[in-house]
Amino acid sequence: MEKTKVKVQMSEMAKREERWAWLFIAAPFIGFLCFMAYPIVFAVVASMSRWTGINSLLGNMVGLRNYIEILQDKNFWTAMLNTVIYMIGIPIGMILGGAIAMGLNRKIPMKRALTTMYYVPVVSSLVAVSILWAWVFNYDYGLLNTIYKFLTGNHGPNWLGDETMVKVAMIIFMTWKGLGTSIILYLAGLQNIPRDYYEAAEIDGANGWQKLRNITVPLLSPVTFYILITSLIGGFQVFVEVQVMVPAGGKNYSAATVVFYLYEKAFEHGQLGYGSAIAVILAIIIFIITALNFWGQDKWVKTID
Amino acid sequence: MLSKTKIKANSKDYQTAKVVTPRERFINIVVFVLLLLLAVVMVFPLIYMVATSFMTKNQILSGSLTLFPDPILIGKYSEVLNKANFISGIFNTIKVEIPVLIIGGFTSSLAAFAFAKMNFRGKNMLFLALLATIMIPFAVVMIPQYVLFSKLGWTNSLLPLIIPGCFGNVGMIFFLRQNLYSIPSDLMDAAKLDGCNYFTTYLRVFLPLMKGALGTQLMLWFMGIWNDYLAPTIFLRSEETWTLQVVIRSFNSYYAIQSDYALIMAASVIAMIPTLLLFFIFQRVIIESIAISGIK
Repeated sequence: MEKTKVKVQMSEMAKREERWAWLFIAAPFIGFLCFMAYPIVFAVVASMSRWTGINSLLGNMVGLRNYIEILQDKNFWTAMLNTVIYMIGIPIGMILGGAIAMGLNRKIPMKRALTTMYYVPVVSSLVAVSILWAWVFNYDYGLLNTIYKFLTGNHGPNWLGDETMVKVAMIIFMTWKGLGTSIILYLAGLQNIPRDYYEAAEIDGANGWQKLRNITVPLLSPVTFYILITSLIGGFQVFVEVQVMVPAGGKNYSAATVVFYLYEKAFEHGQLGYGSAIAVILAIIIFIITALNFWGQDKWVKTID
Repeated sequence: MLSKTKIKANSKDYQTAKVVTPRERFINIVVFVLLLLLAVVMVFPLIYMVATSFMTKNQILSGSLTLFPDPILIGKYSEVLNKANFISGIFNTIKVEIPVLIIGGFTSSLAAFAFAKMNFRGKNMLFLALLATIMIPFAVVMIPQYVLFSKLGWTNSLLPLIIPGCFGNVGMIFFLRQNLYSIPSDLMDAAKLDGCNYFTTYLRVFLPLMKGALGTQLMLWFMGIWNDYLAPTIFLRSEETWTLQVVIRSFNSYYAIQSDYALIMAASVIAMIPTLLLFFIFQRVIIESIAISGIK
């Protein structure tokens, strides 16, 4: 009898607490509903319409025709291929970042200053450094070709004007911009590996390569996984650097990315329905990558325990 | 004896206690030189940017590598700072920053407090749902958001950048929640005994205690808003509302035709100064919070 009374009282208090808590978390959820959930549903509906933003959305429903047209559009596939090619920079950045982090983890002077220098591009405005690199890559007067001419006496490549070189240029730029993040993350990962592991391996007569292969790389795999997944998701959203450095998407669309294609269709050609269909495709790709990664995580990510 | 050696092996300065062999010292020197060279390569474009901003057009277009312009011309900086749209770009960015950071900081910290210190049904599920929204790319929702904002008549103002931010920032809620876990929950009961309700408990007890973490997160958010370009370029349909990043990008397309690279670089340098300054002052906490995101 006594017990039930207490329970009822408790739940009355708990209910009060619950009401307050729901009130406290209301803002982010309302924000989510208005600016995320509703737009997603809207995008799915709009993706099935020949909608321009001016005509009627529901009056111009065409089913899956936008999707079929996208999949038959040469520009879409060019943009998709470019986006994937740019991702070559991801493993380059991870290997370079891992190597630099291992260097910084040794007993060397000026660690703080070096880390800062590597990290400066990350905190710099993407627009400003894109403008800067467009200037660095400038065919006639840019830094790279000035150095190239100084060293070889010949005129350097047309970085942003050539269909192949523009991709190399973008990969160089993106690696430069993102390297600092990989370094910081790997450095934090390295500092989490207990020293005794290496000591034990040394007693067993392991050489440097064996220690790297059997201790460092496996124990850094959670960090590698994190960098990989965030870089892949980010890689599919590359846009600003392309728009700033190669405004028209490059010769024969050679620099355009998926989001660039989406932006062009929706905001320059006014095809909002078509653009929404691209957005839905993008969302599906990113969802699949995330799901695949989490599914694969158990297989190759090792933890200390 | 045994426990003593164990402590030594686990202690932090084990590395320093270990004798550094001449071979290792040599490797460390080589590594240091390599890292220094690479670091110089990393910052070199930025140095070149500053150098270009001080040059005359002839120096820039001479095709020779000059790092120390002679004479040093600061004229481009005053030219940039006298351009009305550049100044209005700075003010527009600040007009977005202030309400978003104050209101968004409040709503985020309040939600983090509820998630960390209060009990309610569906707490974990709601938190995970919120966290999952980080995965949604902006590119996916930008068309409907644009349509929504133009229907509301916001696209001639800064509201499309201000209002969504006021509802909070999921990344910030995540970090503040982590931070609140390190603060003892006994304080909840103590505050209750002192007659605090849940809101005053947040305001008077927990908000002061999460000051440090909140400051770091607000700083990172400040940088994010300052550097944001995609949302402003889509939502801001009238030139008077352009934020700084949109302005410098328009400078780039406009003045590159005239080969006025010094002006473009001067504008970009000014646009980068606030975030770089914050980074240099608070680099330790900023780097730490980035590192934590990977380990979590």
